[in-house]
Amino acid sequence: MSSHDSHNENAHAHKPSYGIYILIWVALLILTGLTVAVAGINFGNLTVITALTVASVKSYLVLEYFMHLKHEKKMFWLFVYTSLFFLGVSLILLFADYTFLEGN
Amino acid sequence: MSSTTATPIADPHLHRDDEGSRLGMWLFLFTELILFGGMFLVFAVYKFIHYEEFHAAARELNSMFGALNTIILLTSSLTIVLSIVAIQKGQKLLSIFFQIITIFFALGFMVNKYFEWSAKFSHGIYPGSETLLEKSSGEILFFGLYYVMTGLHGLHVVIGVLLIGYMTYETIKNKVNSDKYVRLESAGLYWHLVDIIWIFLFPLFYLIA
Repeated sequence: MSSHDSHNENAHAHKPSYGIYILIWVALLILTGLTVAVAGINFGNLTVITALTVASVKSYLVLEYFMHLKHEKKMFWLFVYTSLFFLGVSLILLFADYTFLEGN
Repeated sequence: MSSTTATPIADPHLHRDDEGSRLGMWLFLFTELILFGGMFLVFAVYKFIHYEEFHAAARELNSMFGALNTIILLTSSLTIVLSIVAIQKGQKLLSIFFQIITIFFALGFMVNKYFEWSAKFSHGIYPGSETLLEKSSGEILFFGLYYVMTGLHGLHVVIGVLLIGYMTYETIKNKVNSDKYVRLESAGLYWHLVDIIWIFLFPLFYLIA
């Protein structure tokens, strides 16, 4: 992400190759298998948290590699993660709210 | 402006901003994030309130359909990104091949979805059905969200098929080529978003039982 040729209009000035994407795909399949396997075990509330963590890792791989965020300018990175951050904030505030409202 | 240096007359990069195009696509994807993000928040709250009912309802879903569709979508994400690599390398036919494979995966996803929904319908579980309305309010909410969220996602898959199909046409017509492929990239970005949404839909609906 650090070295980026800002003079180049095309963000994919790096040598395109098939290999890395196939590796990411294998990683995504393994993580899917992991989610399914973990779902079989009852961790209680941790099950959902584990599932969401694995889903987040998978999304990160898709965003960075398949969606080329790794090779885009920092600005793209800032836009994407700022929007995701605020979605996360809404989720956390919502749950904080409902946790403390419990019993009312 | 009136540069006297000998620049090629028809500079293909003139009046072209690929980065701007991609940024525009990302901005559109953020609106999708609001659309689906809002629904995920609704889902989260109702799951919190109706914890037991949601888990009972999720047991009705066949996680095999969900897992299979996850694999299909992940693989289609791979093939669309490979079609971009191919066009970058100037391998037009290979790029077209990968695009068509992506469309087939997308259609496979919808066929799978059709069988899944048909099975639900035959069990009398569809919005407003008598069987469903006899269930607890939590289960009614679960299936309501299930049909709305996977339905809206399915609609995105159908739109993706049309979009990628159009890109295939443009690639055949050389409008998308090794120099100019930002449209294919944007279609790819959209397709990956559809994949990411499914990455979250799958564990939340199918694996919480």
